[in-house]
Amino acid sequence: MKKFVAMLMAALMVLSLAACGGSSAPAETKAPAAADAAPAATEAPAAEGAAPALKIGLTGPMTGPASAYGLAVRGGMEIAVAEINAKGGLQIEFKSEDDEADGSDKAVSAYNSLKDWGMQILAGPVTTGSSLAIAAETVNDQIFMLTPSASATDVAMTGSNVFQMCFTDPNQGASAAELMKQKWPDATIGVIYDSSDAYSSGVVDGFLTKASELGLNVAVDNAAFTADNKADLSTQVTQCKDAGCDLVFLPFYYTEAAQVLTYANTVGYAPTFFGCDGMDGILTVEGFDAKLAEGLVLMTPFDANATDDATVKFVEQFKANNGGLVPNQFAADGYDVIYALYNACVAAGVDGSTPVADVCAALQEQFATLTVDGLTGKGMTWDENGMISKAPAAMVVTDGVYVPVA
Amino acid sequence: MKKILNNKTTRTNLLTYLVVIAAFVVMQVMNSAGMLGSSMKGFLVPICVYISLAVSLNLLVGICGELSLGHAGFMGIGAFSGIIIAALLKDVVANDFLRLLLAMVCGGVFAGVVGFLIGVPVLRLRGDYLAIVTLAFGEIMKNIIGNLYAGTDSEGFHIAVSTTKMKLAAGGKYIINGPLGATGIQKLATFTMGFLLVLFTLFIVQNLINSKEGRAIRAVRDNRIAAESVGINVTAFRMKAFVVSAFLAGMAGALFGLNYSSVTAPKFNFNTSINILVFVVLGGMGNILGSVISATVLYVLPEALRGLQDYRMILYAIVLILVMLFTWSPKVKEFMSVIADKVSGVFKKKEAGTNE
Repeated sequence: MKKFVAMLMAALMVLSLAACGGSSAPAETKAPAAADAAPAATEAPAAEGAAPALKIGLTGPMTGPASAYGLAVRGGMEIAVAEINAKGGLQIEFKSEDDEADGSDKAVSAYNSLKDWGMQILAGPVTTGSSLAIAAETVNDQIFMLTPSASATDVAMTGSNVFQMCFTDPNQGASAAELMKQKWPDATIGVIYDSSDAYSSGVVDGFLTKASELGLNVAVDNAAFTADNKADLSTQVTQCKDAGCDLVFLPFYYTEAAQVLTYANTVGYAPTFFGCDGMDGILTVEGFDAKLAEGLVLMTPFDANATDDATVKFVEQFKANNGGLVPNQFAADGYDVIYALYNACVAAGVDGSTPVADVCAALQEQFATLTVDGLTGKGMTWDENGMISKAPAAMVVTDGVYVPVA
Repeated sequence: MKKILNNKTTRTNLLTYLVVIAAFVVMQVMNSAGMLGSSMKGFLVPICVYISLAVSLNLLVGICGELSLGHAGFMGIGAFSGIIIAALLKDVVANDFLRLLLAMVCGGVFAGVVGFLIGVPVLRLRGDYLAIVTLAFGEIMKNIIGNLYAGTDSEGFHIAVSTTKMKLAAGGKYIINGPLGATGIQKLATFTMGFLLVLFTLFIVQNLINSKEGRAIRAVRDNRIAAESVGINVTAFRMKAFVVSAFLAGMAGALFGLNYSSVTAPKFNFNTSINILVFVVLGGMGNILGSVISATVLYVLPEALRGLQDYRMILYAIVLILVMLFTWSPKVKEFMSVIADKVSGVFKKKEAGTNE
């Protein structure tokens, strides 16, 4: 018996050693394998004699509650990469890693894993929290970073190699205030926001500052909720109703906004609702009566129903890749990021063989003068801090589609 | 020497230290030889942090027998107070290592004090009730920190829990900026400090377990009424375990916070608490070396599964279930005890041979 146990033990040990060896070996080579397994085969075909493909990485929430944003950005980027690789010329190898929308260790390990893969440009992260954690790392490593959707001012201010594709939050709040001053100068305004969310509070900060400058009548500015108690927003709506607000500003995401609109309808409260870019997607919320969104004003750079060729083509491709899902502005931002990087790399003559630090320096130079026409804006340029300048577009929902505000 | 080594607890304790020291030396050698990739280097400090958290929670869950679901709350207090202290001492203490140490001690003390204050009402409860109250505590801490603003300007240090009350003069700098969390943190944490923290945690916890207090704490766990009947002050000993555990979690939290350039409050939600509890349960309740190993393996596991893309979290969960089933099967348990006897037999013989 003892001998048998000893033998078994020895066998187990050998097996466990073999298992260790087995698991560490593929870890070294897993990068190309994983790229092969990625939903859309985005790995560049190896053209003979051509320069190696440029390696662009994305980190974003691919699992968990925020995964809708990460997956949308990834979907948009994959379309752009496939289009570019089909063109010939500069080839792109694209890889995404899951950062779980975490603001510290998970984000940094997603980034490190991309770095081990040989990433030359970071086309992310998707969320503000992860961007703040990763941006400082990119400054140390001198990796060029262009985030599609992290909108906090602090992200761009981290370093000269960090750029944004979306508006910064305070800028968006300020544009909202300006638009209100222009269109509804006499409105009594109520603000509902998510105080636990950096995006929402950032927009509100910018909005309130500008509103007091412009002399807008903000009657309710403290109707806040947090991520933990957003299941029921009736208190906040009632607060605005009791204060007699006829314009309610909703700077947060469409899922919560759908609740607000539904509740307001049940109590017969019908002010003008005003949202930001996070509102885009409200017409597709499951179980939400899209008629309630009639007359809703939102500031979104992207309209999936636009009829220009680029948008139509993008929307069709996205729907085909994602089982009929209509792309939102996150997907469009992702698409634009890849094209902006591609244009800059072509102009600078950067390819897969250029060292990371040189890529960073070359792109920084390019982005100072670059002008990009994309799905989310025409004639987009970047300032010296890496913040984007593009025309804010305000839409109003009319008969179930977005129509530019007259 | 032989006498000391014949004591089973001493042997296990020494083995724990040896494993940790050996792992540190191996990692240091590999690092200086340039054999570690960026990912692996990035894991070193958080692994140390999670080992300390798991060991300190094991004191509470395994030794004291109290189920706490708010360990991440103490970690968060430690992280954010450590970050504030490190930022404030920037011009006073020039040495980074010393500043990190001070920040960690302050983080630990803050967490310990909060642990004491929470403990006064909370430790009147037992079992499930304590679990629920500590869960609530963790969530409260997360929400307070998520609305906390702290910064310095020409007039000194300001702290507030609402954005309207927080007005910094021109040129002021935020240390903690509400929902954005702490940003622009100077990264002070080093692997060496992580290693020292693990050793310190092991030293405190293992010595506490094997002291007079430790025996009293275990007596309270095993039979509260019997312990009370022999004159053990039940509340005092539970409080001791609770505060020590909170203090160590606070130190680990401060090291964690100072390892990243930004940290946000939702990191310290109950998911993190549950994660640490999973490390403890899978490593074995009351088994310190088990906590060390399971924290390391389970922290690295989801990262090692990155090749599976979107399915990695599902696989991680499956692995947890399998490990749980495997380690609780009576046949496996019997088999493991045979192995343990064999190994300790070999160890004993060797020690006897070298020392005589």
